[in-house]
Amino acid sequence: MRRSFLFLLITITFSCMIYSCQNAAKLQQDIAYVNGRDVYIRHCQSCHGVNGEGLALLAPPLTDTTFLKDNKSKIACFIKNGISDTTLVINGQQYDGKMPDFNLANIDIAQLIVYITNNFGNKQGMYTPDQVAKDLANCP
Amino acid sequence: MNIRSILLLSLSSFTTLLISACSDQAKLPILGPREAVEIKNPDGSSSVDTLYKTIPAFRFLNQDSTVITNDTFKDKIYIADFFFTSCSSICPTMHRHMKEIFEDYKDNDEVMFLSHTIDYKYDKPSVLKKYATKLGVDGKQWQFAYGTKDSIYKIAEKDYLVAVIEDSTEKEIYVHQGWLMLIDKKKRLRGAYEGTDEKSVAQLKKDIAVLLKEEEEAK
Repeated sequence: MRRSFLFLLITITFSCMIYSCQNAAKLQQDIAYVNGRDVYIRHCQSCHGVNGEGLALLAPPLTDTTFLKDNKSKIACFIKNGISDTTLVINGQQYDGKMPDFNLANIDIAQLIVYITNNFGNKQGMYTPDQVAKDLANCP
Repeated sequence: MNIRSILLLSLSSFTTLLISACSDQAKLPILGPREAVEIKNPDGSSSVDTLYKTIPAFRFLNQDSTVITNDTFKDKIYIADFFFTSCSSICPTMHRHMKEIFEDYKDNDEVMFLSHTIDYKYDKPSVLKKYATKLGVDGKQWQFAYGTKDSIYKIAEKDYLVAVIEDSTEKEIYVHQGWLMLIDKKKRLRGAYEGTDEKSVAQLKKDIAVLLKEEEEAK
């Protein structure tokens, strides 16, 4: 009896530890997501819309989950350097307009990417300032 | 005075207020400075009338490089604003809202739209045409006006009462307010709405209907 009780206690302790670890990671992502939303409202929402729906053919939507997945390492460059002289095909539609450059800190870009890639139908998880730094080093 | 008469008085004044509120609802205010002028009546006597601010004659090029003037907007109510095509701060939201109204009144030949560009260097008619097409606007109902810096900036500040500035220290160079101005058939300003604000735009939608009704009754 005593042995099984001890076993139960250890199992519960371990599962709690694992659970809280997962929670800590989720918490980090939630914090980034909420901060990213503030950055989005301030810099992106006017063109890309409250629901990431875009603005006619002037600004593309952010709901093309495949595009955002395939181009994940380019998103930081798009934000930091802007886009010009490039035609992007998003949701099967061609967009050839300009996007202005936003000189944001890596942490802001990372949080913004977390917000965009976990909203509007996307579900890509966490992204860190280190990953952003790596992406920016490889910008075309 | 006893309590009963006070109650009766307040009740009657409240009712009067309610009734007057109802009858006032049908008219929009007339904005801008005004002055009293003396006019001669046909019988030789004179009386005083109010002269309201109106939009003066203008002449711009539109997105099709054809000339538009105040006559283009004759017998129309219209919504006017100031923007530029490379603006990424408030203009997209303003035009997102204006497009909604445009869709609501599409094919209503009494309602028009007039967007003036304040980027006289870059926003030539061909650029405006491209912008309009991408926004999904075709036809003559929504005009995009291009003019000299003087003419556009003067009409913005003096007549539509919208502040516009060219400021080379700003990242986007051009700074302007996001007002959507409602103009009636007599070229008078009847409302100013913050084009970036959801609630203000909702009010504009209501006020267009009110103004159209007023114009209908004046016929």
